[in-house]
Amino acid sequence: MFYREAGQFKTSYEADGQILPIRQDRIALIATIALALLVLPTFATPYMLSAILIPFLIFSLAALGLNILTGYAGQLSLGTAAFMAVGAFSAWNFVARVPGIPMLLAFVLGGLCAAAVGIAFGLPSLRIRGFYLAASTLATQFFVVWCLTKITWLTGGSASGVITAQKIEILGYAFDTPERKYVLVLVVVALMALLAKNMVRSNVGRSWMAVRDMDVAAEVIGFRLMRTKLLAFAVSSFYCGVAGALYAFAYLGTVEPEAYNLDLSFRILFMIIIGGVGSILGSFLGAAFIVLLPVFLNILAHSLSLPTSVASNLELMVFGSLIIFFLIVEPHGLARLWQIGKEKLRLWPFPH
Amino acid sequence: MKALKSLVIGAALLGSLASAAAQAQEQFVALPSYRVGPYASGGSGFYGGIIDYFNLVNASGGVNGVKIAWEECETEYNPSRGVECYERLKTSHGGATLVEPLSTGIAYGILDRIPQDKIPMTMLGYGRSDAANGKVFPYVFPLISSYWSQAAAMIKYLGDKNGGVAKLKGKKIVHLYHDSAFGKEPLPVLEALAAQHGFELIKIPVAPPGSEQQAQWLQIRQARPDHVILWGWGVMNSVAIKTAQRNGFPREKILGVWWAGSEEDTVPSGDAAKGYTAMSFNTPGNYPVLDNIRKTVYAGGKGNLQDQSRIGSVYHMRGVTAGILFVEAMRTAQAKFGKGKPVTGEQLRWGLENLNIDAARQKEIGATNMFPTVKTSCEDHEGSGAVKVQQWDGKKWVPITPNWIVGDRALVRKLVEESSNKYAEEKKITPACMK
Repeated sequence: MFYREAGQFKTSYEADGQILPIRQDRIALIATIALALLVLPTFATPYMLSAILIPFLIFSLAALGLNILTGYAGQLSLGTAAFMAVGAFSAWNFVARVPGIPMLLAFVLGGLCAAAVGIAFGLPSLRIRGFYLAASTLATQFFVVWCLTKITWLTGGSASGVITAQKIEILGYAFDTPERKYVLVLVVVALMALLAKNMVRSNVGRSWMAVRDMDVAAEVIGFRLMRTKLLAFAVSSFYCGVAGALYAFAYLGTVEPEAYNLDLSFRILFMIIIGGVGSILGSFLGAAFIVLLPVFLNILAHSLSLPTSVASNLELMVFGSLIIFFLIVEPHGLARLWQIGKEKLRLWPFPH
Repeated sequence: MKALKSLVIGAALLGSLASAAAQAQEQFVALPSYRVGPYASGGSGFYGGIIDYFNLVNASGGVNGVKIAWEECETEYNPSRGVECYERLKTSHGGATLVEPLSTGIAYGILDRIPQDKIPMTMLGYGRSDAANGKVFPYVFPLISSYWSQAAAMIKYLGDKNGGVAKLKGKKIVHLYHDSAFGKEPLPVLEALAAQHGFELIKIPVAPPGSEQQAQWLQIRQARPDHVILWGWGVMNSVAIKTAQRNGFPREKILGVWWAGSEEDTVPSGDAAKGYTAMSFNTPGNYPVLDNIRKTVYAGGKGNLQDQSRIGSVYHMRGVTAGILFVEAMRTAQAKFGKGKPVTGEQLRWGLENLNIDAARQKEIGATNMFPTVKTSCEDHEGSGAVKVQQWDGKKWVPITPNWIVGDRALVRKLVEESSNKYAEEKKITPACMK
């Protein structure tokens, strides 16, 4: 009843090809963005902003990066955290070594460095695929962390290898409070998500999907495999690199190789599996599930005043069972569940 | 029925009022702890010790009548979770006045936030060592001893063992370390001392978590070192001890860092650990304060450890020590800012900066010689820098240095100044003492 498109006619190709063809979706999206940009920074507590929303947005961006590579281009990767590390450390180095460099430019350059590393480690994808490629991208993970612990130049000669991120300052305006950091992260993530959405709808995205679905066929009909695959690696690593820089600068405040370990790569992989492989929305839903649910369970267990050791183990058990439950109910992830729900609502009350 | 209902509501209201009044008299401490995950054995013992001591203090009326309140939040030793926990705890119970994460990663993650929030953070026996300079890090307290002081004391001890540090000339010392920030932290001190005393320092990293060390010990056997410093954490320690035995390397020549010197490290190694030595900032043994905890806290059913045989174990005792230091800081702050009411984070910071736990005070607490005497100041947030060496006799740890050892303080101080001033420059901080 509330979600029907009766009366919404499209009379031009532009109208037919827009990102959100249904008016209700457009209203909902604009309302969400307005809420996130105008209402939340004023009304959310600093805890909500700096401990929940900022990491959620940053992990969404990293999941988006991996989703471009795995979900759209069909190249498995276990090196996400390594690309994030490259982004974070190169952004730090640009700020530390180039005096007066604008912060946003440093983030972009950090992303570009990650893209370069992504292309280098994407080369094996021309010969191998599937699990074999996953194992070879695992090498990125070990190689990058090894480099960062061995080459002290990269960590600014710090004895322990841990460096503190510089303060974020853009055009003389310091982003030092949780509200400001949140707005910065939100704007970056929203713009990049919009860009990604458009990219996967354009012929670039279509070439990725053609390669994903059957690369031999794609090659036969004229897609250049090498360019398509490496472009997917570059774009994906760029997203992960920017996410890594934001993680270091806007969330943790420190840059440490250990923070970008294999565990983080796995968590981001789980985000896209649970959220929905090959879906922009799925990256956000998956990040929300993996980042927010443990915190929520933890607070819940706390309010029931369970002993901490019991609460922690219970949290892991509930979290694990929920993952299994969701994947059995809908193996295509939360985004697919959401899509089914929407379709049902559009037909409601006359399902067929 | 109606009367009963209003009676219940009235009682509930009264109860909430009473608890609100009680809350105003509480000193709140944030404990981002870890009791699951790979480092659970250390975390449960340490935080168990803190909570046991807080319970003991509360049972005897609190700090001048002010009860201590605390809340735990599970971090799993993960920096990202730890930051979330810190943000959650800092505002609960009307605001945290102290935080102790027992994790280098988490501590680094919240290092920039604590001066803004005005919540002091202690780092009992872990990095960053240059935070001993209170002019640059007014809210950070690496109490008792930092990694750098420990490294200096290690060389002092090894020198004494050979009949004076001058005898170290030409000797070979292997630094076998956890390849992370933690393992690399002492390198500046060890390198400076190697240059000064003329011994050869061989650095051998072990990739975390360190469950495979065959290659490293082969390298050690070929190098024939006089001593091995084992700078390990978690599973790495027992693997090192066992691999040393398999390679026929005498365990007496291995000197562990204090995170490699607990029952959790030696018991799994079995016979292989006999004779193994490690550093400690606690003297193993039994103390009146531990008896009090057994008598008052555990007999009353409020003990935090499930396994009572862990009372007095290395990690538990370290937790009790942390509890004592926190409570003494509260006492010191109350003496200046008014007894019988909770102090703010800023006031507690002053308390931590003006700690003075001498032998007489230790005796009153029932912890004579359990940890070195601690006297802090703005220049010295460490307050001691003294350590002991303990040896595993197959069943328990025994101290083998009767006196507290202090390494080359001047050298450590020089490095602290250099490193902290570099940090101040990066962060645009003007070093100054806080009033």
